[in-house]
Amino acid sequence: MSTSGKEPVAVVGVGQTKHVAARHDVSIAGLVREAAVRALADAELTWADIDAVVIGKAPDFFEGVMMPELYLADALGAVGKPMLRVHTAGSVGGSTALVAANLVAARVHRTVLTLAFEKQSESNAMWGLSLPVPFQQPLLAGAGGFFAPHVRAYMRRTGAPETVGSLVAYKDRRNALKNPYAHLHEHDITLEKVQASPMLWDPIRYSETCPSSDGACAMILTDRAGAARSPRSPAWVHGGAMRSEPTLFAGKDFVSPQAGKDCAADVYRQAGITDPRREIDAVEMYVPFSWYEPMWLENLGFADEGEGWKLTEAGVTELGGDLPVNPSGGVLSTNPIGASGMIRFAEAALQVRGLAGEHQVPGARRAMGHAYGGGAQFFAMWLVGAGEPTS
Amino acid sequence: MPRTSRHARDVAVVAFAQSDHRRRTDELSEVEIVMPVLHQVLAQTGLKAKEIGFTCSGSSDYLAGRAFSFTMTLDGVGAWPPISESHVEMDGAWALYEAWVKIQTGEADTALVYAYGKSSPGSVRDVLTRQLDPYYLAPLWPDSVALAALQAQALIDAGETDEGALAAVGARSRAAAEANPHAQLTGAVPQGDYQVRPLRTGDCPPIGDGAAAVILAAGDTARRLTARPAWITGIDHRIEAHGLGLRDLTDSPSTRIAAERAGVFEAPVDTAELHAPFSSQEVVLRKALGLGADVVVNPSGGALAANPVMAAGLIRIGEAAARIHRGESDRAVAHATSGPCLQQNLVAVLEGDRA
Repeated sequence: MSTSGKEPVAVVGVGQTKHVAARHDVSIAGLVREAAVRALADAELTWADIDAVVIGKAPDFFEGVMMPELYLADALGAVGKPMLRVHTAGSVGGSTALVAANLVAARVHRTVLTLAFEKQSESNAMWGLSLPVPFQQPLLAGAGGFFAPHVRAYMRRTGAPETVGSLVAYKDRRNALKNPYAHLHEHDITLEKVQASPMLWDPIRYSETCPSSDGACAMILTDRAGAARSPRSPAWVHGGAMRSEPTLFAGKDFVSPQAGKDCAADVYRQAGITDPRREIDAVEMYVPFSWYEPMWLENLGFADEGEGWKLTEAGVTELGGDLPVNPSGGVLSTNPIGASGMIRFAEAALQVRGLAGEHQVPGARRAMGHAYGGGAQFFAMWLVGAGEPTS
Repeated sequence: MPRTSRHARDVAVVAFAQSDHRRRTDELSEVEIVMPVLHQVLAQTGLKAKEIGFTCSGSSDYLAGRAFSFTMTLDGVGAWPPISESHVEMDGAWALYEAWVKIQTGEADTALVYAYGKSSPGSVRDVLTRQLDPYYLAPLWPDSVALAALQAQALIDAGETDEGALAAVGARSRAAAEANPHAQLTGAVPQGDYQVRPLRTGDCPPIGDGAAAVILAAGDTARRLTARPAWITGIDHRIEAHGLGLRDLTDSPSTRIAAERAGVFEAPVDTAELHAPFSSQEVVLRKALGLGADVVVNPSGGALAANPVMAAGLIRIGEAAARIHRGESDRAVAHATSGPCLQQNLVAVLEGDRA
């Protein structure tokens, strides 16, 4: 037991399922186990090496199982171990990873399995999100209905041309072709096809929205001693934070929520980042609707207010650009809701480990994973690096 | 100074508040149940919401009947300017655990933990059935009372208890609850008819709505905020297999492991607050925790007197801490459970500074 300072936390294993619309061949337990087994294999560890399990997913209504961690304890090798279940709406995948990282940082446990999943084919996420309760604001018809007015507000505020959203979708769907785990592999994608797709929630078109996926993502987090035994390069957690603000109140800026700004600032402070645009090599950003890329570029401090769309338009966020955003294809290509945040965190880790395969950003040393949820009110982010943190 | 904390930082429960637990609260939303409790617990310490280092809550969408139900109660916390916050879809005892870990990292010195459950709008027996394996068990709708009855019968068959002893657990709990102004069922409650044999009404928890909140603080902050902090000298939780056929229902190995890790067995405890919604489960927990007859068990009345689902475990920690605050206990064990037949269990040891 050390008396001061946090234990450095390393990601030594990452596992994902191939995300698809419906995994009829596995149960929920089978799905999560697949990701966990792959993460263990990456870390060259066994179930016996795991001290605790931290699991996250979005609302239980999505699969119709209340507190599924109880049923999943066996499948995740958790019997006899501690198991925590995190739920922070759409940011949950990120929050779950941070709760797991804290267990290691606090030296409560040495090696932790963290996992997030969604098996959307067992339910209907849109209506799972739309259960009306008297006197409470429902999230309207699915998430798109909630977020579309805020996208429109962004366009009006910044004067961004209507073409920016389709550029993001076109980029992310092309990136997804390089990621074998991505759900959507649209080999015949063109910008024109994106722009010709039906309008769903004006100004959001069908091809600018995320799919509904079945999938799971797992990571093995460990301490410095665990990292030293890791067969492959670890990703080190340089900073991580969560921030929340109320859903509805007069002062809320839905275009660029204060909680997102504060969360990023906290992460940068922990990681010693003063100029994120220059010091961060890749970003895995939670972009469920294409316009959220320029919006979050501003919210996260990569661009000045009103300037985010210009980075997108100039190709800065392309895989070959100087600030690649969502090289994996992002949420726009893969969206097992509860896992989507963790996939962002895990993909950031893969980038700095140099293990991202065809969608690797060459020489990535520092990468950011970002997640948000609720009415753009819950934020979870981490920054991972190829080197051990110095602070 | 008592303490044998095995962790980097000394963390204590410095304040605890709970609602009056009631059979129905049709006139109140979840936010309206939680808000007075938040105000009370903050008032005890003089802290304002924005001064709290970390906030964590526990609740269940399935009780609320809608997705993301916790987002509404967060509005009640007053999360502005934005706060560092998280939520577990579990009993609030696990929210407290997450908050305790956060303080251990050094990223926070104080934490607000709250939990709530409004069981009255639906049938909680049916709702809890949805916790079961969705492919093999849940479609059969075995409810929480029926599953607890299986466990009770296994205990009777094993000679660990009998119906008379179980009735005594219920009677003792509800008599103790007479001193608890928040309890839902108090006094001489008839044991009643069989609900599911061998469990009678008196062996089962009341169904009710309620909320609870706790404030945690580290080291000198805890000493500044309260006269006698309830130090969490150990806390751990463990889960067991889901399949009831894979478990010995007369025992709770997960409770025993958690207790061992939390340091329960290193010195005698004087008080135990056990989250045992069914009388028979107290029998199992007493054995797993090695509690002797000299230990005061559930002086609050326990879950048999008030069982707001998702808050009842946090309340056990709060009640144990409150006894230490009042000087009525020096070393207490608090326990929370989740899942059918005590599948998942959390154990905390709380200690007061010795004079």
